[in-house]
Amino acid sequence: MMQFGIFTVGDVTTDPTTGRTPTEHERIKATVAIAKKAEEVGLDVFATGEHHNPPFAAPANPTVLLAHLAAQTERIILSTSTTLITTNDPVRIAEDYAYLQHLADGRMDLMMGRGNTGPVYPWFGKDIRQGVELAVENYALLHELWRKDVVDWSGRFRTPLQGFTSVPRPLDGVPPFVWHGSIRTPEIAEQAAYYGDGFFHNNIFWPISHTKQMVQLYRRRFEHYGHGKAHQAIVGLGGQVFMRKSSQDAKREFRPYFDNAPVYGHGPSMEDFSEQTPLTIGSPQEVIDRYAAMRDHVGDYQRQLFLIDHAGLPLKTVLEQLDLLGEEVVPVLRREMAIGRPADVPDAPTHASRVAAAGGGHDSTVYADADDVTGASPATDAR
Amino acid sequence: MTRHLVALSAGLSQPSSTRLLADRLLAATSATLDERGVAHTTEVVELRDLARDVTDMLLTGFAPPRLADVLEKVRTADGLVAVTPIFSGSYSGLFKSFMDVVDPDALRGVPVLLGATAGTPRHSLALEHALRPLFSYLRADVVGTAVFAATDDWGANGSTYDSAGRLQSRIDRAGSELATKVEHYAGAAEDDPFGDVVPFAEQLGR
Repeated sequence: MMQFGIFTVGDVTTDPTTGRTPTEHERIKATVAIAKKAEEVGLDVFATGEHHNPPFAAPANPTVLLAHLAAQTERIILSTSTTLITTNDPVRIAEDYAYLQHLADGRMDLMMGRGNTGPVYPWFGKDIRQGVELAVENYALLHELWRKDVVDWSGRFRTPLQGFTSVPRPLDGVPPFVWHGSIRTPEIAEQAAYYGDGFFHNNIFWPISHTKQMVQLYRRRFEHYGHGKAHQAIVGLGGQVFMRKSSQDAKREFRPYFDNAPVYGHGPSMEDFSEQTPLTIGSPQEVIDRYAAMRDHVGDYQRQLFLIDHAGLPLKTVLEQLDLLGEEVVPVLRREMAIGRPADVPDAPTHASRVAAAGGGHDSTVYADADDVTGASPATDAR
Repeated sequence: MTRHLVALSAGLSQPSSTRLLADRLLAATSATLDERGVAHTTEVVELRDLARDVTDMLLTGFAPPRLADVLEKVRTADGLVAVTPIFSGSYSGLFKSFMDVVDPDALRGVPVLLGATAGTPRHSLALEHALRPLFSYLRADVVGTAVFAATDDWGANGSTYDSAGRLQSRIDRAGSELATKVEHYAGAAEDDPFGDVVPFAEQLGR
């Protein structure tokens, strides 16, 4: 079935109604509280952004936060929105996320993104003009590192590898599921289709007509590459909502946050932006109506994530939003989205479903022949 | 094949002399096309009506519906007349903001006629040092005659010996030049970023 959850970019933004700006410490602790609440109200996914610059207090390496959350939660899937495939070393992504996969007992996946903050690239010795090429090459290496015990590699963007083994090996021999996120780059939809990975559209800043074109391209190419029929491709959407019991209350309360929000603040009116993009400010029923119709645009899909904690909204308000999502919106959306969903549309991927698809899990530990510290190794014993 | 002509007017007052010049340039072009039996349509777009939409798009990255319609008309135009008032020695901010949200490839090879208005003839070269380079960057096919009209040029007497008469003769010459290019223009290429994706093997360089 579908998964519902939230995604955050971890922005540290002044609350325009009070003029108060949270400290980094407050924002980081609030993020943890939000994730735990998301599980408590019955959501399926929590995803965090990755950032390297103010005004964000999102982790530079999301696995730090997600490992902490894995220890404090039981059920919710921990993911990213996004992991920067351009400026990170794919070797470190392979290592860190595989380690997280073990800690979380498979309760994780991740989403690749290029990052659109220009200054970040040179800080890591990269060039934003090569963003797509970096995403393509780095992911090709990451994909191989999780599937081959010993990798020989050379490319344009990183030091060659000779006889390299990325450890730990993926849990049960099954690599984490990967989504590729892109707002408007057809090459990334093509990349997701080529590998048979998931494609995620953040679906926040642009009209749904645009999101639809990106998803259609991905679906068409998913089928082209033989991973299944177009309607069986793995699609995720973002979205953005603010709810109160009455529509008028929601609009009145959210307006100052909208008007001053990063990205679109001081631009279009809240009404225009709500009409032109999936932003929905109103009653829970209005949110249900708007998002139940998303599949009319993109087809039956697997994952819906909401942005609910940005633009300076106080923690208390965000937690109230989660109550509304968990109690009133998501249970109804789950039912509505299941109606008429063809039986051959895949459920949202989980570690368990991927292990089953692989014909069962197996430990894939790679033992060294011997080392200078302990001498003999289990690999030697096993022979 | 019916040709589509679009005129952009960045005048701010209503009525504006910028709009008047845009209308005249469009009429002169249209008259020449009529003489040659070239079927065509004309449309004038007042950028003033799109001022908020243009700002919204600068901030959000996507065009609100009305602006999206205009941008599509510009992209598929077979000829463009672009007229701006000269402010502080150059094209107006609204004119440049609009050009900034036009796709950089939208005007490639498209016949364009430039016009400008100002209170004084001392701004006339802004057409050559500001507008023409902008359209060169966009690789538009700009006609040789660009038409500048100062307040003086809108005199009442239509004789060819006063400045109003000379303005009309420049308008007629420019319109004729644009008509010739429009007549031979092959039309815009199809634009579907989701149609021809680069196959992944090619992206991988394999």
